[in-house]
Amino acid sequence: MSAEAIATFESSLDEIGVELVRTTADEFASTLSPLLDAPTVGTSLPFETVSLPDSVDTDPSIADLEAAATGVTAAGYGIADYGSVIIQGGTDGEEPVSLYADEHVAVVAASDVLPDMDATFDQLAEDIRNGVGQSIIATGPSATADMGSLVTGAHGPMDVTVVLLEDK
Amino acid sequence: MSADTRRQKAERIRHLLDTEGDAVHENTQVFNEGRYESTANLDDYDELKNEARAIKEDAIERLPELVDQVTEAVEANGGSVYVADDAADANRYIEEVVDGRDVVKSKSMTSEEIEVNESLEARDGDVWETDLAEFVLQVADEAPSHIVAPAIHKSREEIAALFNEVFDPEEPLETAEELTRFAREYLGEKILDAEVGMTGANFVTADTGTLALVTSEGNARKCVQATDTHVAVAGVEKLVPSVEDLQPFVELIGRSGTGQDITSYISLFTPPSDSPTFGGNELESGDDREFHLVLIDNGRMEMREDDQLRETLYCIRCSACANSCANFQHVGGHAFGGETYSGGIATGWEAGVHGEDSAAEFNDLCTGCSRCVNQCPVNIDIPWINTVVRDRINRGEDGDFDFLVEGLTPDEEPGGVDLQKRLFGNFDTLAKLGSAFAPLSNWAARTGPARSLLERTLGVDSRRELPEFERESLVEWFEKRGPHVGRDEARRQVALYPDAYTNYVRTERGKAAVRVLEALDIRVDVPPAGESGRAPLSQGMVSTAQSNADAVYDALAPAIAAGHDVVVIEPSDLAMFHREYERLLPEDDYAALHEQSYELMEYVYGLLENGGDIDVLPGGDDERIAYHSHCQQRTLDLEPYTVAVLEDCGFDVTTSDVECCGMAGSFGYKSEYYELSVDVGETLVDEFTTEDTADRTVVASGTSCLEQLDALLTRRPAHPVRLLDTQ
Ligand code: SF4
Repeated sequence: MSAEAIATFESSLDEIGVELVRTTADEFASTLSPLLDAPTVGTSLPFETVSLPDSVDTDPSIADLEAAATGVTAAGYGIADYGSVIIQGGTDGEEPVSLYADEHVAVVAASDVLPDMDATFDQLAEDIRNGVGQSIIATGPSATADMGSLVTGAHGPMDVTVVLLEDK
Repeated sequence: MSADTRRQKAERIRHLLDTEGDAVHENTQVFNEGRYESTANLDDYDELKNEARAIKEDAIERLPELVDQVTEAVEANGGSVYVADDAADANRYIEEVVDGRDVVKSKSMTSEEIEVNESLEARDGDVWETDLAEFVLQVADEAPSHIVAPAIHKSREEIAALFNEVFDPEEPLETAEELTRFAREYLGEKILDAEVGMTGANFVTADTGTLALVTSEGNARKCVQATDTHVAVAGVEKLVPSVEDLQPFVELIGRSGTGQDITSYISLFTPPSDSPTFGGNELESGDDREFHLVLIDNGRMEMREDDQLRETLYCIRCSACANSCANFQHVGGHAFGGETYSGGIATGWEAGVHGEDSAAEFNDLCTGCSRCVNQCPVNIDIPWINTVVRDRINRGEDGDFDFLVEGLTPDEEPGGVDLQKRLFGNFDTLAKLGSAFAPLSNWAARTGPARSLLERTLGVDSRRELPEFERESLVEWFEKRGPHVGRDEARRQVALYPDAYTNYVRTERGKAAVRVLEALDIRVDVPPAGESGRAPLSQGMVSTAQSNADAVYDALAPAIAAGHDVVVIEPSDLAMFHREYERLLPEDDYAALHEQSYELMEYVYGLLENGGDIDVLPGGDDERIAYHSHCQQRTLDLEPYTVAVLEDCGFDVTTSDVECCGMAGSFGYKSEYYELSVDVGETLVDEFTTEDTADRTVVASGTSCLEQLDALLTRRPAHPVRLLDTQ
């Protein structure tokens, strides 16, 4: 992905209050660990070069999910224009893990950052036709203004951090 | 409508203004301003809107085919599709699927439409709304007042009081955070226990059976993931052909509704979802999850056959029309409400799914100001739909036909049309008579007995000053005076359109227009062209409007044929020529008039741009002006011309940014709406009484705006052309 798209991604994320942390395969472990508040739940990462530390519970019970401070999953794509990450996946539990913890840490490969919605929907259509059952375009934390002023974490995470893996 | 009905209506509106008005105003303002900001950031906003519109047109055209296609796709995925004829049919099916189990729901107006909660609760199942606003309403046992933010009318304090009373928590809840946290935990348990998750769908793609859900809280995701059965309820019109077609909508829907570039979650589910479900304590395989897509007709297929109501089906329920509506901003959805939908396009929905009676109640709250038209992401002409429904309601009523009124109202309508509507719909005749008998008519109309008679029988509010008719109309004045620019010296020739108000009431602005145009070497004629049809149209009297339009075209046809320009002073009449006449006149006539007609100040701007000598106009000398454009003028994007001309002439101009002044033609005269009209007007008054604006000269382009400002401000407003007139 072009440096320009990554820069756009970073500034879009910044606008919605999401921190972008850049890393490489070599530094992945040391970058990730300070971002994880225990207890941490997660789903295994689909990248060959990196994996989650042992401290992450990848087979949580419902109680573990609800008690989790951090949930870490991979994201299928990022959208530069909007600062969105796309949570895909199924049987491993990406959906509940990214949804129940107080903070969601999304790991996205730099090469999977798409420039805009047009490109995103072309890609998602192909994925859906190939059997990907859910693609959540998640932009910032869960939020509501229904109770009189803006509150994050209404039903989903209060915070989101994006870890950008630059050399998958 | 009887005087009693009017009084009750007025009372209900007053009550809502007092109890819910402030909260609704504050919140819709935020959405409305957010929309302007967020859409301005899109480079290709208009292109996206056109794209979205085209997709919807195509989808509705091919709807039966798409229903078949989606059925195949969902079944291939392992789910089932049920097409329900109406609410009862849908509920019967859903009850069978739910079979007494507990249900957690995410927000869905379609499910409100069929009242599925009531139906399920009657069968002993628990049903919980997990969207926080819907949860508040469920606890309060109230109906939504807005299609996107259903509890918009409730303040934090009210919600806190409600929760504290109903749930009696150990520590009373107070802040928005405490309330949110409490609701999250309370509903978290319900989600854990429930076996059925019910959602709506903002869009359903026919090719893959994918649901697109636009949410900000994450509760829809939880409802689907935690349960074993997913029931999605959607109107058939939610179908779009393919996944790629979702793109423009995803970019437009949040911006249009709440002013967010995008909401927190756009979920694309192609159910049944295989993500793990909640068992007792552990996550369990979701492979056996059931999925039922319930597609609801409930009148939609008939709307599809209806040339006027069909556009309603293009609506993506974003709420931009409600948020940009001045009346909605002030009084909210509970005044606007039909059985389910409220505000803006709701008249179309209610007429289509619940019938005209349900639409009748609030249809008249649409003043036709047209501010919603440019805001709609699928370019629906919402005021037109309101007009059509109003016309149908008029026709459906058996009225108290009165031959005296018939004499005064030479219109094309059936006998049942409400007397008040007849009166306002025939303003031209009234003005002609008023002028013929002026000043006696003005004096008579001002007397106490006359005013109370007018109020009792016709609902003309006695707190409004009535227009004062001039003895000599503008047309008569001009006939005597004749043009002052010779054919040979003239740069161009113009037919100045004498709208009924300018012709009989505010002749001074017509005369000023003639002199200003002549100063710029234009040869002016003022042909007796009659009322544009705006007045009857605003009352839903479509055939009368059509015959007015024909007459206006006939009167202007010689000037048009000769290649002269038509200049229009009253913005709402120019809007008739440019927008509504497309539906009222033969195609060629409409095109010619559209092509050759201009708003007065727009025309002056054009003259100055094309070599007109600005020095013949009086200089502004930095005089400080507060200018209120007209709602329909802004919809046509004509405000900038007046501002530019005034600034070029040396005036220091500031402008209002309210959507509408609240008078909107005859609306403010009606006793049932008088207070709402004033309430809306006060927002404009607030803008013109700030430290910066309080001493500025007030100018406004529209007749009704001038009337409204005149009534509510201590300074007397004028049409901007009067600043350019040397007399
Ligand atoms: S009519 Fe247009 S603006 Fe109104 S809710 Fe529907 S899509 Fe939105």
